[in-house]
Amino acid sequence: MQVGYYPGCSQEGTAKEYDMSLRKVFNKLGVQITEIEDWSCCGATSGHVTSHLLSLSLATRNLILAKEQKLPQIFAPCAACYNRLAVSKFEVENNNNAKCKVEDILGETLNNLPPVLNIIQVFQEIGIDKIVANRVRNLKDLKVACYYGCLLVRPHSITNFDDPENPSSMEQIVKATGAQIVDWNFKVECCGAAHSVPRTDIVLDLSKKIIDDAVEQGANVIVVACPMCHTNLDMRQKAMTKLYNNHKITPILYLSELVGLSLGFEPKELGINLHFIDFNIPLMEEEKVL
Amino acid sequence: MKIGVFICHCGENIGKTVDCARVAKAASWLPGVVCSIDYKYMCSDPGQNLIKQAIKDHNLDGVVVGSCSPHMHEKTFRKAVSDAGINPFLCEIANLREQVSWVHDDVEIATDKAIDLVRIAVEKVKRNFALQTIKVPITKRALVIGGGVAGIQASLDIANAGYEVILVEKQPSIGGHMSQLSETFPTLDCSQCILTPRMVEVYQNPNIKLLTYSEVEKVEGFIGNFKVTIRKKARYVDDTKCSGCGLCIQSCPVKKKALSEFDENLTFRTAIYVPFPQAVPNIPVIDTSVCTYFVKKRESGKVACQLCMKKCDRGAINFDQQDELLVENVGAIVVATGYKLYSISEKPADSPIKGYGEYGYGKYKDVIDGLQFERIASASGPTAGEIKRPSDGKTPKKIVFIQCVGSRDEAKGFTYCSKICCMYTAKHAMLYKHKVHDGEAYVFYMDIRAGGKMYEEFVRRAIEEDGVKYIRGRVSRIYPKNGKYIVKGEDTIAGVPVEIDADMVVLATAMIAQDDAPKLAQTIGIPYDNYGFFNEVHPKLRPVESSTGGIFLAGACNSPRDIPESVAMASAAASKTLVLFGSDMLEREPTIAIVNENICAGCFYCKKVCPYNAIEIKQIVDRNGNVVKEVANVNAGLCQGCGTCNATCPSKAVELLGYTDEQIYAEISALM
Repeated sequence: MQVGYYPGCSQEGTAKEYDMSLRKVFNKLGVQITEIEDWSCCGATSGHVTSHLLSLSLATRNLILAKEQKLPQIFAPCAACYNRLAVSKFEVENNNNAKCKVEDILGETLNNLPPVLNIIQVFQEIGIDKIVANRVRNLKDLKVACYYGCLLVRPHSITNFDDPENPSSMEQIVKATGAQIVDWNFKVECCGAAHSVPRTDIVLDLSKKIIDDAVEQGANVIVVACPMCHTNLDMRQKAMTKLYNNHKITPILYLSELVGLSLGFEPKELGINLHFIDFNIPLMEEEKVL
Repeated sequence: MKIGVFICHCGENIGKTVDCARVAKAASWLPGVVCSIDYKYMCSDPGQNLIKQAIKDHNLDGVVVGSCSPHMHEKTFRKAVSDAGINPFLCEIANLREQVSWVHDDVEIATDKAIDLVRIAVEKVKRNFALQTIKVPITKRALVIGGGVAGIQASLDIANAGYEVILVEKQPSIGGHMSQLSETFPTLDCSQCILTPRMVEVYQNPNIKLLTYSEVEKVEGFIGNFKVTIRKKARYVDDTKCSGCGLCIQSCPVKKKALSEFDENLTFRTAIYVPFPQAVPNIPVIDTSVCTYFVKKRESGKVACQLCMKKCDRGAINFDQQDELLVENVGAIVVATGYKLYSISEKPADSPIKGYGEYGYGKYKDVIDGLQFERIASASGPTAGEIKRPSDGKTPKKIVFIQCVGSRDEAKGFTYCSKICCMYTAKHAMLYKHKVHDGEAYVFYMDIRAGGKMYEEFVRRAIEEDGVKYIRGRVSRIYPKNGKYIVKGEDTIAGVPVEIDADMVVLATAMIAQDDAPKLAQTIGIPYDNYGFFNEVHPKLRPVESSTGGIFLAGACNSPRDIPESVAMASAAASKTLVLFGSDMLEREPTIAIVNENICAGCFYCKKVCPYNAIEIKQIVDRNGNVVKEVANVNAGLCQGCGTCNATCPSKAVELLGYTDEQIYAEISALM
């Protein structure tokens, strides 16, 4: 299986460990990832608040590059990148006016743009069975709350993937690692996202509620698929302990890290040591490999 | 041919934009036109006399009236012409109002166009021929499908006028959703108290043949002459022997296997059951999916249980009963099959509703829908009318009602407004406050739509007298916490997020078409919209008629309706039926399709496209009775003259009387 890889800005900075872990995992599962050459900003946050057309054009440029480089599909691990690329593809394909403008700006004709996948979809393509077959570590002591955030499944008409209000696709992958699933209520609630810096108070409040519900429903780890969510839930927990009584420190893992652990990688190889919140749930000995 | 042209000014409606005198003058030069007049109001009595006089004076045999749309006055002018002794179908209308004066400003251009339209009509009328109205005998019996309040009303009205009615109801009892309701808005009178006497009236009316637990399987024929096949499903109880004593129900050991449909799955019912104690008829049915006898018989072929049969001293239980097929001839059909309340928990993959997983209906016991709340609030319900929540039977001290769940929500549900929810939610909140005095009731709404007599006053009463708290905004999530349900939403007036820790949540889910509505529509041959609601032929002027002659609509099968509207529609549908039954023969427009059997190749494309199932297969036999070929034949009773067959026929064997190809080509040529 071959996918074009669109890392996006976070994979080289705040979410370096996301990049490390998914490269390891995909390598082991036989997925060849080819980074799109000369990729640029996806148009998220500052892009689309500045100009809708700018964000459309930025995202579409990357789609064109992938097509030129003969990459059959694009994988964007960051939920915001995924959302920008998928939404832009949808818009230029369904709104002729937007398409003409973007074509004009980019000086390219837009057709047959490659499909955009998020990390859950890539794991689905790899196949649950393959993860199970390659599993060497038992994660049954992990009680996982799967946190989707806002961008991964919305808007449904564009992502056309899972229930936008009560998704369950990430759970299927977590189940493949042998970890336990926790049913909880805040799967798609807002973490505060890009307000992290200008309005930290809002982010603290929202993210705290997310972690609290996960803990209340019995989770001892939260799994995410978005660097922004990870930053807010992981980095802000120290502040939460100061602000709120009895905050229960909870490690936050990327989905690729969790899968990586089950495939036998050491936490350090997956970059888990780079998190603000230490992951110190003891891992079970390896299962007997048949 | 001597043709007269009559140009109407329609006051200023046409006269202001069209130079009517010039049109009349131009028309007078057309070949065949012997007289051409303009007049201020041609439809008025003097105007009509002008036409009649001209027919006599000039011995006319064709008339063209340049006036308003034929929808408006074609009948008027054809009548006038007919009074003067000419076949009415030799009168044509040129639409100079809707198609000219109302849509143009420039007098010159409008007048030229008016002349063109008159020329077209003159060329057509030259090729018109006399047509005679079709007369069809009428079977003066009616079929009513659906035994809810609309079906009951329609049946009683028709029966009380002295005609026989066959009332078919799918469920074991008539009564419909109305029998499940606690109180009704805006008067708060008890639903059962007003409905059950009418149900009994149906049962006792000698003119009504009541067929419950039955379904319409096939409808053949046409207005005045329908042949209907009805499947009377096996009850396994002989209705001629059963006295309704209920001993069988008491003896049934299957207590916890089947959820009560009538109680909206809040309680259990036995395998042999009547839906509710006031059921009409009070004759039980056996649910074979749970009955021990039938389950064991399917599994092992052994005879088991039969306790009900042993208890019944009248020998009414018959495990070998089979479905019966009844054939009935009727002249009119009233469709009153009602609605279904959308239930979020059962969401099939192809469901048009995409969202609401966030409300946890079906997952949290105390998140219920409107009909479930009706049962809880009903004196005959599982809690005998006390407001208790399903999970632990505690009285909820804080209750949240959410309106528009599935309605007015293009992204997740349906675009339309379910219309009754604003009112019944106000009623629910009121009933709750009347029963739980120290309770708090919140309503999340988008808008309050309380159009109706005393409706707005009712909602104000809920807010002002009963202190129900209305919050304008949507709810984003409901989740349990410490025995309560956190309802997260937005107050869009205050512009703040709100969280309410409720004990119970009631969702006003959308009113949707019955699952089998499209199938039924296809069976009886009426059109339906993309939601599955049956279509009326004209939304304003013919609201209870389907486009198929003799089939009328009543109640929520047409679109979401409340009780007063359903009842009004039912009476209207009944009166339409009675109008039909008022004459012995039915007169129909003769502008229908005919088949030239010599040319017809028997491809039956026409049969495939006919929206009214009016094309039949006719066998042409030689003198020895051998079938020579099969050709299309138009059923004059069914054909509505739409012309689809005419346009489809590859060999031009189908013509539409009054609109033949020759006439249409003449009209087109007149424009060239």
